[in-house]
Amino acid sequence: MWTHLRALIVKEMLALLKDKKSRLVLIAPPIIQLFVFGYAATFDLNHVRYAVLNEDSGGASRELLARFEGSGTFECAARLSNDTQIAPVIDNKRALLVIRFPSDFSRNLESGRSADVQVNVDGRNSNSAMLVLNYVQTIISSFNSSWIKAHGGRAPPANLVVRPWYNPNLVSRWFIVPGIVGLLTLLVTLLITALSVAREREAGTFDQLLVTPLSPFEILLGKAIPGVLLGLTEATAIILIIVFWFKIPLLGSLIALYLGLLLFLLSSIGVGLMISSLAVTQQQGLLGAFLFLVPSIILSGFSTPIANMPEYLQTLTLINPLRYFIVILRSVFLEGATVNLLWPQYWPMAVIGCVCLFSSAQLFRRRMY
Amino acid sequence: MRFLQNPDPERRAGRMRMRGMLRKEALQIIRDPSSIAIAFVLPIVLLFLFGYGISLDAKHVPLAVVVESPSAETAGFAASFEQSEYLSPQRFGTIQEAEQALIHHTVNGIVWLRNDFEEKLLSGESAPIGVIINGVDANTARIIEGYVNGAWTSWLQQRAAAHAGTLNIPVRLQPRVWFNAEMRSRNFLIPGLIAVIMTLIGALLTAMVVAREWERGTMEALMVTPVTAKELLLGKLLPYFILGMGGLLLSIGMAMWLFDVPLRGSLLLLLLTSALFLVAALGMGLTISTAARDQFVAGQIAIVATFLPAFMLSGFIFDINSMPAAVQLVTRLIAARYYVAILQTVFLAGNVWKVILLNSVVLVLFCVFFLGLARRRMVKRLD
Amino acid sequence: MPVSSDILNVLELSGVTKRFTSSQQTAPALHEVSLRVRKGTVTGLIGPDGAGKTTLMRLIAGLLVPDSGQISVLGIDAVREPLKVQQVIGYMPQRFGLYEDLTVQENLNLYADLQGLPDAERPARYAELTKMTGLAPFTKRLAGKLSGGMKQKLGLACVLVRPPQLLLLDEPTVGVDPVSRRELWSIVYRLVKQENMTALLSTAYLDEAERCNEVILLHRGELLGQNSPAEFSRQIEGRSFQAVLPGINKRSLQSRLACSPGVIDATIQRTGVRIVMKNKMQPDAANLPDGIRIEPVPPRFEDSFISLLRDKDGYHTIRNVPSVQAAPAGSSGEDMITVDQATRRFGSFYAVKGVSFTVKAGEVFGLLGANGAGKSTTFRMLCGLLPATGGKLSVAGLDLRHAPAKARARIGYMAQKFSLYGDLSVQENLRFFSSAYGLGGDEQRERIEWALQEFELNEYAGSTSRELPLGYKQRLALAAALMHRPKILFLDEPTSGVDPLARREFWTRIAGLAEEGVTVLVTTHFMEEAEYCDRLVIMAEGSILAEGTPDDMRARVQSDRLSDPTMEDAFIHLIEEHETARRPDAVLAKS
Repeated sequence: MWTHLRALIVKEMLALLKDKKSRLVLIAPPIIQLFVFGYAATFDLNHVRYAVLNEDSGGASRELLARFEGSGTFECAARLSNDTQIAPVIDNKRALLVIRFPSDFSRNLESGRSADVQVNVDGRNSNSAMLVLNYVQTIISSFNSSWIKAHGGRAPPANLVVRPWYNPNLVSRWFIVPGIVGLLTLLVTLLITALSVAREREAGTFDQLLVTPLSPFEILLGKAIPGVLLGLTEATAIILIIVFWFKIPLLGSLIALYLGLLLFLLSSIGVGLMISSLAVTQQQGLLGAFLFLVPSIILSGFSTPIANMPEYLQTLTLINPLRYFIVILRSVFLEGATVNLLWPQYWPMAVIGCVCLFSSAQLFRRRMY
Repeated sequence: MRFLQNPDPERRAGRMRMRGMLRKEALQIIRDPSSIAIAFVLPIVLLFLFGYGISLDAKHVPLAVVVESPSAETAGFAASFEQSEYLSPQRFGTIQEAEQALIHHTVNGIVWLRNDFEEKLLSGESAPIGVIINGVDANTARIIEGYVNGAWTSWLQQRAAAHAGTLNIPVRLQPRVWFNAEMRSRNFLIPGLIAVIMTLIGALLTAMVVAREWERGTMEALMVTPVTAKELLLGKLLPYFILGMGGLLLSIGMAMWLFDVPLRGSLLLLLLTSALFLVAALGMGLTISTAARDQFVAGQIAIVATFLPAFMLSGFIFDINSMPAAVQLVTRLIAARYYVAILQTVFLAGNVWKVILLNSVVLVLFCVFFLGLARRRMVKRLD
Repeated sequence: MPVSSDILNVLELSGVTKRFTSSQQTAPALHEVSLRVRKGTVTGLIGPDGAGKTTLMRLIAGLLVPDSGQISVLGIDAVREPLKVQQVIGYMPQRFGLYEDLTVQENLNLYADLQGLPDAERPARYAELTKMTGLAPFTKRLAGKLSGGMKQKLGLACVLVRPPQLLLLDEPTVGVDPVSRRELWSIVYRLVKQENMTALLSTAYLDEAERCNEVILLHRGELLGQNSPAEFSRQIEGRSFQAVLPGINKRSLQSRLACSPGVIDATIQRTGVRIVMKNKMQPDAANLPDGIRIEPVPPRFEDSFISLLRDKDGYHTIRNVPSVQAAPAGSSGEDMITVDQATRRFGSFYAVKGVSFTVKAGEVFGLLGANGAGKSTTFRMLCGLLPATGGKLSVAGLDLRHAPAKARARIGYMAQKFSLYGDLSVQENLRFFSSAYGLGGDEQRERIEWALQEFELNEYAGSTSRELPLGYKQRLALAAALMHRPKILFLDEPTSGVDPLARREFWTRIAGLAEEGVTVLVTTHFMEEAEYCDRLVIMAEGSILAEGTPDDMRARVQSDRLSDPTMEDAFIHLIEEHETARRPDAVLAKS
């Protein structure tokens, strides 16, 4: 049994790593994606271009504008002179927002009345629009409290003291990047396992394998173990890049992380082998992998929270192994979670993995011929 | 030989060859369910998944409200959260309990009114309200912050009105969100998604289809017939263009009627610019297929070189302006970026000619570039 | 060499050189090839694997550009005006790309459009072609659903839609059964005669070369000669003999003769062994077994081909029959393979129905049949790759239904197409397969050493097996199948597409294995290889048509018209007889 397995594993590793093309497929896309995701996938706003229509001649509006300039987030794209210019600026995407100070802005403020400032936001990207409004609100709030301090007047009876945990500067890269470990591990293991049997079928080596005394179970394990080994290696490499290149803190226990990783590999390889035992050609294997991959990424909470989905989709995510692993990743990286805290995530992956492996063994036995 | 002597029959022969290529491709599309699946089932599945699965609109966010010593004032404050459809507050007696809930992810944030809240409130000293947010998901955290801020402001106003006083807020923000007043994320995700789908149909389908001909040896058989390289390219381009336009109409229909995305610009303009992008995507697919002669490799290249960039770097989900400058430069090389800009504008803003024309010109350049490249590389030679 | 120079040369090549500059692979290239093909002839392009046959075809078709030299097709420069050349030629590549999801008619329509056949001329041409190829009843069938032979005929029909002036066929008969092969040839000949066409075709079957008007011999990219087959044969007149020694196994006679001094080729033919001598020397009676009868026979093209190649490559033959060190075989006479009423059904279609035969230890048993006759299905059932729907199959005394794994441990299997791991090196493949059969430690090392030695793979031990020359791939596949000293060896069309020299070497090894008591079950389309079998069955439509020794088979079809039938004659006769009995109209349609 052990001789058989070792031979199968060595063969599989050699077949995967000796060919330049397949080595490239295993190494290049994950690295490219890691960097693309790491840098491009951000919900934070930088370089927000704004235009100003300042009908006010007083100093207060200039003081407020100076805060926009100094925030580092906003960049002035245009100064407008009348309100007919507002629409074209937004329509043509020259600026994401137009700030308009009415002519009585400074006068109202100085006489102790509330002064309005109108902000027009391009809502084509609703998320950006909402974030911009939040940024603007923050700037105005801080302006308000310093205005009150400087000019007297009653402060509001209560004020908010906001303290974000785990991610004090609310950098969305911290949120996205740990999730990539799960995403890429899934991609690689699925590609390895889902195509492996079909590739052998097409090359004719599968028949050659089947006429040997190897049992279906051994052949299956021989396909699964190289997937685990490569998945572990690849995940470790990505984790190292995340910690040392992207400088994202890894606060929790490595044991908790790797226990999750192992269980996740178990379940994703189970799925891959299930696809493999059904696919006759590599094309079908690729299609199957793709059909599993896209929904499982979207429904994992990787880019948008599961809580925002409709109820029935939320229920559907319960069978998605990536969902649990993403939670583990973020908890271990950012929240410093330990094994104890993560049981609710571990056991579903173990169940999914066992069910998939068992049923692929069954399918495999039946489709041996 | 008789064709060589007379130029007019040569033209007729060209038409006949074109007819043959087109008829063959049409029959194959009809017989092979996988290309129909890519063109029609894929858009439906993706639109459903994205339309319902991806949403940036946080609603009913579980929020812990900790009131250490309840009173009329604190009740009023807590009630202001209950009115918000975005937040679903849960009462906790102590901050420790609430923090445990936050650690176990049962709530996303905590609003904390300390023992001395009422005392400070009445003394005219500004009473601090502690807000702790799980910042892991920075985007959701900001949105929660905004919601809490909104609830707080409205409570202040109500309280001021009740005490017959005026609330002194020096500068008041008057926000006006254009094009998408309710700020539904679906309204911007779905038009962008059409670009991703068109990339997939255009590039992946053609790359795989041509690679299939190489794999099955039909390409060599075609090449030794008098068919010209131009006819070979057109023979692939035209059928999949029609198929792609079919997928496009389906996607637009679903966007408008299933997901209620408003179409403020003209449909004709949308179709014209989409046709332009489709040709560019087909050109990319054909270029890939001249390089990769097996389906597996062609599929890999198509996904890495067209699908992923269309997904990540087109501004479909992630705002291009927020990316590092180097990445922004890279996005300029991605055709989908220009198409996404057109889609979001035509759907939500209307016929803004400057945006549409500028981006269309770039798309035309992409078409010319990729078709030209495919034409140059599609030489009827085997080496 | 042409008889008179005023005959129009349809094809002229002068000083054509083509190199491939792919990284490590040594692709076939052509060196300074000059040749002419006369109008109205059938010219054969013959040479071992890697001789450059396909490259030459592609150059003529304008699909490749030569590094130097000129190619002129019907006076058109193929280098500068490939499109014009493509309008006057028809080219059928080795793997002709039929659109398998289009019907026969739709495939014809496509090529008619591409070739520019006017609509008005189509019905008549279609009728003619489908009648000629026997495809008339199947015009509505999808091309993918046709049998291998029919696909090949459809490919030919597509190339011929608009009668080309020069027809290029690249190995049109590989993997095609003898009946379809004969039909393809008669079509080509009829066309050349009726439509004044010229045909240039490459083939690995040397008996086909005999039927050509002229033969071009290529070897490692160089032209060895161009002449009529008769002229080639004449050059070695007096060196071919037929040796008969009754009462001795023909295979052992063949292997003894093959190592006799001065013998450069020995093949089993009919009742004896055909030998070709080096130079004009008589076989030395002193070295030969007693009672042997040796008669001179007229030379044939194959003799001269082998002798020319041996001159080029040296007299590399396997001197000693390899010691395969197989497991001690069962006592001779024991049934090693038993098939009893085996049936396999796919849906409502019976691929195999009620097939029974037994193979005794140490026998070489042949499984012959037309494409789609059910021999592959039978084969796969015996290897345990496909469960039988009904009946009983046992191998080495083990019922395949009950002890498949145990049975598999005793067999060696060599698939039709090279199916070892292409990315792995020779050594790694051997190591993997020996471990898969449970070998380890010293024994494993020893077997790998044996395989490298015996199959002369040492020089390639570290190279990636995908990049091996075809002959070496085949050796490796056989070596891998023998790592565990199996009692039974299954060979599925082991020599398909392999050149005559490598085929001879292969059969020498098989004969050696049989000598040691290994039972061999083999399928093949080469009828001269069937002569190596002790017994064989011919299958048609899932059932056994005939069973017996090769001599029995020939005897069955002997008649006044066919006084000395070959194995191929016997095969074709039996199949046609069966078809006439079953479907009288099918033969009518053909004639």
